[in-house]
Amino acid sequence: MALAEKQAKGRVSPPFPRWMRTTATTLASVAFTMLGLLFITFIIGRVMPIDPVLAVVGERASQETYDAAYEAMGLDKPLLVQFGYYIWDVLHGDFGDSLLTARPVSEDIARVFPATFELATLGTLIGIFAGVPLGVMAAVHRGSWIDQIARVVALVGYSMPVFWMGLMGLLVFYGILGWVAGPGRVSIFYEGMVPTVTGMMLVDAALDGNWTVFRDAFSHIILPASILGYYSLAYISRMTRSFMLEQLSAEYITTARVKGMSERAVIWGHAFRNIRVQLITVFALSYANLLEGSVLTEIIFSWPGIGSYITTALLSADMNAVLGGTVVVGLVFILLNIFCDLLYKVLDPRAR
Amino acid sequence: MTTETTNSRAEQSFREWLLSETPSSRRHARLAAAYKGWLRLRRNHMAMFGLGILVALVIIAAIAPWLAPYDPYAQVLSDRLLPIGSEGHLLGTDSLGRDILSRLIYGSRITLYIVTLVALIAPVAGLMVGTIAGYVGGWTDTILMRITDIFLAFPKLVLALAFVAALGAGIENAVLAISLTAWPPYARLARAETLTIRSSDFISAIRLQGAGPVRIITRHIWPLCISSLIVRVTLDMAGIILTAAGLGFLGLGAQPPSPEWGAMISEGRRFLLDHWWVATIPGLAIFTVSLAFNLLGDGLRDVLDPKDGKS
Repeated sequence: MALAEKQAKGRVSPPFPRWMRTTATTLASVAFTMLGLLFITFIIGRVMPIDPVLAVVGERASQETYDAAYEAMGLDKPLLVQFGYYIWDVLHGDFGDSLLTARPVSEDIARVFPATFELATLGTLIGIFAGVPLGVMAAVHRGSWIDQIARVVALVGYSMPVFWMGLMGLLVFYGILGWVAGPGRVSIFYEGMVPTVTGMMLVDAALDGNWTVFRDAFSHIILPASILGYYSLAYISRMTRSFMLEQLSAEYITTARVKGMSERAVIWGHAFRNIRVQLITVFALSYANLLEGSVLTEIIFSWPGIGSYITTALLSADMNAVLGGTVVVGLVFILLNIFCDLLYKVLDPRAR
Repeated sequence: MTTETTNSRAEQSFREWLLSETPSSRRHARLAAAYKGWLRLRRNHMAMFGLGILVALVIIAAIAPWLAPYDPYAQVLSDRLLPIGSEGHLLGTDSLGRDILSRLIYGSRITLYIVTLVALIAPVAGLMVGTIAGYVGGWTDTILMRITDIFLAFPKLVLALAFVAALGAGIENAVLAISLTAWPPYARLARAETLTIRSSDFISAIRLQGAGPVRIITRHIWPLCISSLIVRVTLDMAGIILTAAGLGFLGLGAQPPSPEWGAMISEGRRFLLDHWWVATIPGLAIFTVSLAFNLLGDGLRDVLDPKDGKS
């Protein structure tokens, strides 16, 4: 406190350069947030009504076996020590074994994560390529029919349950029109036909040069990705519109128009250039939100990603898997947020 | 005839009294402000539309037993999966032959119950944390806000899932889980408001009169935070309904045979391709109600919080 006051008066020059301090603060806050994340999952794991020992030794184990397992799992230690063990394990990538698959949770997650990644990435891309032009057009033609459409699109996106929209999409585009393939990642007779390299079906099929499988996988992914994309479109178009409106009312835009620049150059060359940095932040945030939306979407589309993994584990009381999945999703979420902040600082000179 | 004119004259003078520029008492001033806000809100047709839907929802929930043509739990297996517009079943029946319209009507009670509880718990918790952090400052502020950040760092639905997993499935636990994930933004908001209020002259005046921190926070800071919180709550309602429905859909919220809308979609999912209405209709209900909250929230924001209303 005293130091800060002195610095404010300019008597003492700061001991470290500014970027070092901001980096240190960021790192400290990341570490603290991650610790909090682990603490919350740890507490959830402790208060749950399922006895972790019984889950391991089975119900017919003798009292001695039970006690031995109890001690082996470290449950006789104080909570704080147990928390320490937990952090240690997580830092080593050890989330325990899944009861359902009888494999380490970390392996399971590594297997299912690419599927979610593929889905969320395609969803965000759809959201960006549809949402940004829509938002720009809505801002340029404020109050026109296109602005009204953008408004309705966003309102519907904010109000519609994602799982219901998934069901309706299946009903219409799969059940009635037959334009896309049904649930799952790839048709059953193509399963295992391309070697797993990245775990992402589209990429793997392309790497293998197997375009039949690629087409099949694409027809499976396009509907869930479009539905997720719609939600990110709703958000991205809204943000793009309000950023653009802010720029378009600035004086430099009037100047550019007075100079006789074409409307296209004014919009894309001037106004849009200035909102690019803000937009990248929005993209990253919407990407993080899609991770969440993908939980429900994955269930509707039987998509073997991390959302399906967590919910299946949840319904069969496989607590290690639930907590491991939660930690990983939380971690990705935090990292995306930090990435956003850093990107903003790097790209926008005003934020430095 | 004469009574009518007196009535309208009384109305007229009441209106004038409400719109008077020189309020005669504190109550008068408050009523006048509320009336002016209402007049502004009334001009926003979309917001009024949303309000209308919500009022209708409350009425439907209140008179559900008289409105619903059937018992929402009564199973008639011979009448299962009747399509929309069947005789006696306007919206058809589900896989156990229960009348969908009746279930929808009773389901509105569950939706309102969840929304009301979350709307009471989360903002109040956030208000307490935020105002204390903002008013006390220093280490208290740092610690409370760091905790808030941790909760904000989780994706909401995943955190709610983990909580429900620990607490067990059920409506009350779903409410608790949603509240636990919903309070941090309110804490942030309340803290920001508190920081601007804290340094104002009237707070110093009250402090000089001998008011303690508890009195200052509860009697002088809270009332000023309320309006921005209300806007935020209304806008968040849609999200709360969607999360609750999502939990119900996953089988972690209201348990069958409860006519919760999310759970109804989940039941109808198995027959989606052959009997589309079973899953479609409850989804429309969820959509309508959360749309109403979004419309009303937008309107309220324009009235109560003009600085954000430009977009």
